[in-house]
Parts: sequence; structure tokens; C-alpha cells
Amino acid sequence: MSELIHSRPARRLLAGIGLIVTAIVFGLPLMTLLLASIAGEWTRALPTTLTVAHLRAALGGTPRAALWHSLATGIGATIGALVLGVWGALVSRRAPAPVRRGIDALFLMPVAIPSVSIGLALLVAFSRPPLLLNGTVALVGITHVVLVTAYAYASAQAGIARLPAAVEDMAGSLGATPSRVLVRVTLPLLLPQLRAAAALGFALSMGELGATIMVYPPGWATAPVEIFSLTDRGALFTGAAVSVWLLAGTFGALWLFDRRRSSRRAGSARDFSGT
Amino acid sequence: MELARRPWRPLVVSVPFVVLGIIFLYPFALLTVEAFARPDGGYGLGTFAAILAGHAFHGALFATLRIALTATAACLGLGSALALLIRFAAFPGARALGRLVDVYLAFPSFLVALSLTFLYGNSGVVHTLWTSALGGSAAAASRSFLYGFWGVVLAEVTYYTPFVMRPVLAALDVIDRSQLEVASSLGERPWGVLRRVVIPELVPALIAGGSLCLLLTMNEFGIILVMGVKDVITLPMMIYGKAIDEFDYPAASAVAICNVALSLGLYFTYRQALERVPR
Repeated sequence: MSELIHSRPARRLLAGIGLIVTAIVFGLPLMTLLLASIAGEWTRALPTTLTVAHLRAALGGTPRAALWHSLATGIGATIGALVLGVWGALVSRRAPAPVRRGIDALFLMPVAIPSVSIGLALLVAFSRPPLLLNGTVALVGITHVVLVTAYAYASAQAGIARLPAAVEDMAGSLGATPSRVLVRVTLPLLLPQLRAAAALGFALSMGELGATIMVYPPGWATAPVEIFSLTDRGALFTGAAVSVWLLAGTFGALWLFDRRRSSRRAGSARDFSGT
Repeated sequence: MELARRPWRPLVVSVPFVVLGIIFLYPFALLTVEAFARPDGGYGLGTFAAILAGHAFHGALFATLRIALTATAACLGLGSALALLIRFAAFPGARALGRLVDVYLAFPSFLVALSLTFLYGNSGVVHTLWTSALGGSAAAASRSFLYGFWGVVLAEVTYYTPFVMRPVLAALDVIDRSQLEVASSLGERPWGVLRRVVIPELVPALIAGGSLCLLLTMNEFGIILVMGVKDVITLPMMIYGKAIDEFDYPAASAVAICNVALSLGLYFTYRQALERVPR
């Protein structure tokens, strides 16, 4: 698509500018984070020695526990959110248009609310009877389900909108029970969207800080909370090392879930348009 | 369908709403109750009145809006410029770069703050180079710009620019190329084509990307927390401070309700803007 710029040198110049700006704005921070995680002595502009000590330290003690907590929360919350989101999307599909708009608003609302407020609301609500969950791991899981469900719902809905309705009707008219149609026809057809939603939900859960920091029980910090407390007390390099493991885990899972799809559509769920 | 044949159907249909009711609506109902609770056990507007009259709240509201608007404006400028360069300069790897933008969206925002600390912070790469270039010890004692308003804006622009680039790249893909060629062959210069043909086509995408950006930057918390900015208190930071540092849940709830109202208002504007974007 070069209809605008016909002169070759001009195009080269602009391409160079584009690449340099992208490298400085997006590439440099990431490279610096990676560098910090292996920096030994860093008293001048750049580290003078390199070490794996930080990366190793990040795999022991509390950082290691925090990484496990994040992994467990991420997996649990993704499964919970997928069940809830897909269930909601399947129900909203049969609802009349005005009702469906209401369901959309309900399911998508959490993405618009500041995560700290979601954390505060859950903390306030579950610190008193009848539901006393304050200080439990379950509250962290619930918090992440609330945050991730919207993305699962939006993805499932996008998938349902593209479903060939005739296939399900046919299965039904051939005598399959509704539950059988759901398990054998509908859900398999939704699989690409579900996989994308799982990848995105897992990544968001792994990186969640604002709501988690309000509700996590003592001794059960997730990796983002641990990174914050490390950097807050000045352990910047260990914090960077935990971040690198967190990113490795997140992108590893993304790759695992999402490798058969173009990442472009996977990302589009983050627009939470719900259409 | 037939209720008689499937009596469990209402039950099945209601499950997601019951669950969401318990884990989402019930907490926000109690948050509201908390904000209106009086110390003596009754209910009243006391907490709200005290919060809304306080300088802290006004300052936080102003800081939130100022950061969000500045960051969004910068994201719109940088995002559309980069998207145009990626599409029209057609350099090698431009497609891969466009895809990389998507991957970036799964990156947690607070890590940008941490990265920028190493890059521009007091002992970061750039600050060290800068102070050693200046030489003097007075310069060495200077504080990096990072721990203030502009540091937060820089981090938010770094993180949220892809949210503008994505819809703009998508909109550029569906522009009718023959239109560009016709405009060029009629003697319009590239800048004119850009201004008169391309930019108008991008307006819906810019509105959608911009309002999403505005919403997310208003809600942003991790970046400011991890950066350790002490003198920039936004609404989410104020809620965190009231609840975690002061254990003042009623005040935190009152601020949270104002913040949620602001964000939801913006969100529904965003949804309406999105409906006008060609998909």
C-alpha cells in the first residue's frame, strides 16, 4: 500500500522514522527490562557485568510462590470466566433484543470500572456476613473471574454471531437433545473464539494488579503484587527478574493457546465491543 | 421453547445471572451502602459531602482528567502517525510490526512503569548519560522527570498507543485504494490526499480508539503505583490510599462510586462511538 508516496527515498526516510520511533517507544522499555533482569553491576549508563542471580532468585522463596499463585489464579479464573461468559452469551443469544442489550451491559460493565474499585467493592462486600471471604484465596479467584468474564463473554458472543444457525437446527431436527447439540455442535464451532478468550483472559489475570492488591490475603501475593512490593522496597533487579518470568509464562501460554489462530483477531476481544 | 417439556430451563437460564449477581452486583450494592453509612449506624450523605467538599478529591479528579486527556491526545497523535507510516511507507516487516502491536496488548501496564524506571529513572540509563554529560554534581543530584506528571503520561502513552493504532490500522485496510489513486492522478499532492481523503476516513476509528484510550487511562492504576509517584494522586490512587493506608472504607467507597460513575458514563459514550465505526 504505497499509493501515497511514490518517491523511493522519501518512502525510505519515512520507513526509517517509523522504525526508529517504534523501537524507541515500544522496544527500548522492553529491552531495558530484560537487561535489568540480568544486570550484575549497573552503576554507569549500562550494566558492566551480567548475572543470572536475579533470575535465579526470582525462582526461589516468596517470588517463586507468587509466580505459582499467579499461575493458579490465572488458570482457575480463566476456566471460571469461560464457563460464566459462554453460558451468559448462549442465554443472551435467545433473548429478545432489548433484554440482550441489558445482558450485554451487565456482562461488559466490569471492563469499564477501575479495577481498584472492583477490588474495593469485593473487599467491602465479602468482609461481612453472610459471605465472609475476606482473607481467603477464594476472594482473589472471584476477583479475577469478575475481571475476565467480560472478555470471555465478548469473545463467545462474537463467535455465536458467526455460527451457521442451520447446522444446529439440523442437529436438533435429527433428534439430538439440546444438551447434545450444545456439546457436539455449538461448543466445537465456538472453539476458536474460546481459545482466544482463554488466552486473553489468562494473560489479563496474570498481569492484574489493581484489584488483587486490594483483596489478596497475607502470604498469598500474586506475581504482580510481589513485583510491586519488591520494587517498592528497592529490590528493582529482583522485581525485573520476576517480571521476566511472569512475561515468559504469559506469552508461553498465549503461544500455546493461540498458535493456530492469527493473533489479530485474538487481540480484538480487548476492544470489548461485544458485537 | 416448551416450558412444560423442560421445566429446568428457567433454572439453567438464570445461573450466569445469579453468579454475576453475587460476585459483581452484590459487591457494588454493598459498596454503595458503605458510602452512605454513618458511624452511628444510620445512613446519610455525610461521607459523600465531606469527600466532595475536600481539596483531596478535587485534586485527584483534576489529576485524573489531566493525565487521561494529555495521554489520550498524545496516543492519538503518535498512534495515527505510526499507523500511517506502517501502511504507507510499506517498509519491510511493517506487517509483522502491525501484528506485534496486538501482542503488546497482553502486556501488563505496570511493567511499562518498571521498564521506564530503568530507562529514565534517577539511576536509569538516560538520566545517567544526561547527568554525566552535564558533569557537575549539581546535575547529578537532579531528579528525573519520570516521578511526576510527565513520567506518568509517558508511561501511559507507551502502553496505550497500540489501542489507537489497532482501529486506525484496521480502518486504513478498508480504505478504497482507487480513491487515493484518483485523487493523486487529479494532481492532489500526497499531503493533500492524506488530509482530504485518508484522514476523514479515519475519524470513526480515531473516535473509537481515542475514547477507549481515555477510559483506560482514567482507570489506570498500576503504572502510577509502581512508578512510585508521590505527588500525582489520581482517583484510583486516592481510593487505594483511603482503603489500604487509612482503613477508611466509607470514604474510599464514596470516592469509588464517583470514579465508577465517571468511568461508566465514558464507557457508554465509547459504546455509542463504536457503533458508528465500520467493522
